[in-house]
Amino acid sequence: MIVAEQKPLEEIRRMIIPYERVLILGCGTCMTVCDAGGEREVSFLHSALRVAQAKSGNETHTFSEYTLKRQCDPEFLDVLDDKIDDVDTVLSLGCGIGVQALAERFPALPVLPGVNTSFMGMAKELGVWDERCAACGDCRLEETAGICPITRCTKGILNGPCAGTKNGKCEANKDMDCAWVLIYKRLERLEQLEKMRRYYPMRNFRAIPRPKRITSKISVDVVDVGEDNG
Amino acid sequence: MANSLFEEKLNSNEFLVTTEIGPPKGADVSEMVHHIDLLKDNVDAINITDHQSSVMRFPSLGGCLLVKERGGEPILQVTCRDRNRLALQADLLLAYSRDICNVLCLTGDSIDVGDHKEAKPVFDADSVQLLRMIRTMESGKDMSGEDLKGALKFCIGASVHPEADFIEPQLIKFEKKVAAGAQFFQTQGIFDLASLRRFMQYASQFDVRILAGIIVLASARMARYMNDNVPGIIVSEAIIDELAGVEKGKGLEKGIEIAARLIKTIKEENLCHGVHIMAVGNERIVPEILEQAKLPSMPTKAQ
Repeated sequence: MIVAEQKPLEEIRRMIIPYERVLILGCGTCMTVCDAGGEREVSFLHSALRVAQAKSGNETHTFSEYTLKRQCDPEFLDVLDDKIDDVDTVLSLGCGIGVQALAERFPALPVLPGVNTSFMGMAKELGVWDERCAACGDCRLEETAGICPITRCTKGILNGPCAGTKNGKCEANKDMDCAWVLIYKRLERLEQLEKMRRYYPMRNFRAIPRPKRITSKISVDVVDVGEDNG
Repeated sequence: MANSLFEEKLNSNEFLVTTEIGPPKGADVSEMVHHIDLLKDNVDAINITDHQSSVMRFPSLGGCLLVKERGGEPILQVTCRDRNRLALQADLLLAYSRDICNVLCLTGDSIDVGDHKEAKPVFDADSVQLLRMIRTMESGKDMSGEDLKGALKFCIGASVHPEADFIEPQLIKFEKKVAAGAQFFQTQGIFDLASLRRFMQYASQFDVRILAGIIVLASARMARYMNDNVPGIIVSEAIIDELAGVEKGKGLEKGIEIAARLIKTIKEENLCHGVHIMAVGNERIVPEILEQAKLPSMPTKAQ
């Protein structure tokens, strides 16, 4: 899933200064799971903004809140049609994709990002998420025992550990495991160390020309949600 | 073109001594030139570091040009941290065009340990890929398969960490570097000769030259700091105790003594093919270390 962190309250307060009526918009998928922008966080942020405004005494924002099932899919945005007429901006607690989906769907509406989208990852333990995938477009996990060196090695090295690893940790962050120590140990356990002995050439960055587009291989009739049909 | 002077020496059976100079932070190169002049006739080659510890400095290529100007033999350290494959190849072309043919291929320290922590880390290549890149260029093609105008020939090396606390994956990487064409290795700092002996028992099966890295420590505090903060350095407790045992102000003297002792033993026991002295900011004391280690100043340079 996508993992994000809510922006500091002061930054959010600065962003909304030009707008009177602010809709705080949560997202029911990833942002809910990572505690950054689900219904609960929308409600907390709503209260925090009201309290801050009351303290400052000279602001006149009015806030409303709503949480979509998903912000990143145009069909889930339809329910906003009758909500956005009454607001001057949407403060989105969706990820960067959600913010952009809103901006595309509502060309005349200012959309503000309420979270910093951080990475694709997974819950490591309660309240802790770790990055796991860099969306490189060229998955090599078969070669590396299911542990991604592009994401988990700070240098994205493909051919084994650098000399900076110590106590199984990374030179850039002593709390983080060295990806190549993990890969070695797991390949050894799987009796596949020959995979580490192979030479891996430089990555092909054309596998991920940005911005990237993927077209479904399934029948276009089924998936076509083009503008004419919208 | 003929082999570089350093490559010829690698192919001889001489005990080799290299050292390194870290360029200044700034355009005033007078101290670096002074160090080059001081060292060039005492060693077989001088490495110029490439923003070591990810701290922005005068470039390694610029330092190598100065070594050439002063009549020394440079080893260009190239890391993959700051340049993508276009820039790496271009720098190598420039180096070769100026007769800088010895290259130490490194992945490079993480951006996070340096002084520009917000910079974009590049790492388009790693050290093994860089070695292969150079061999590809020598075949007359660039990394896109296009013809290169004019022949190239480099003498290439890499690093290895015999004292790594988990050696097996490091050895796999070492073998990949050998297979990629590395001719010489300058090791990470050696503090415990037992680990060097173990490593050489294994490494002697490969046709490569190993120069043991000797880091000159100036105090127990510096040793502990390096253990905690400098990637790839593991100073043994025995060495730290030895440094801690001297009176204040005598640390560097002790560091020189330790370095000289290590070098002397490595040479006497013929443990490996030479040493690479890293004086970390104290470049001026390298001749004294060689003197104490009873290594004659370069007879071959004087001929």
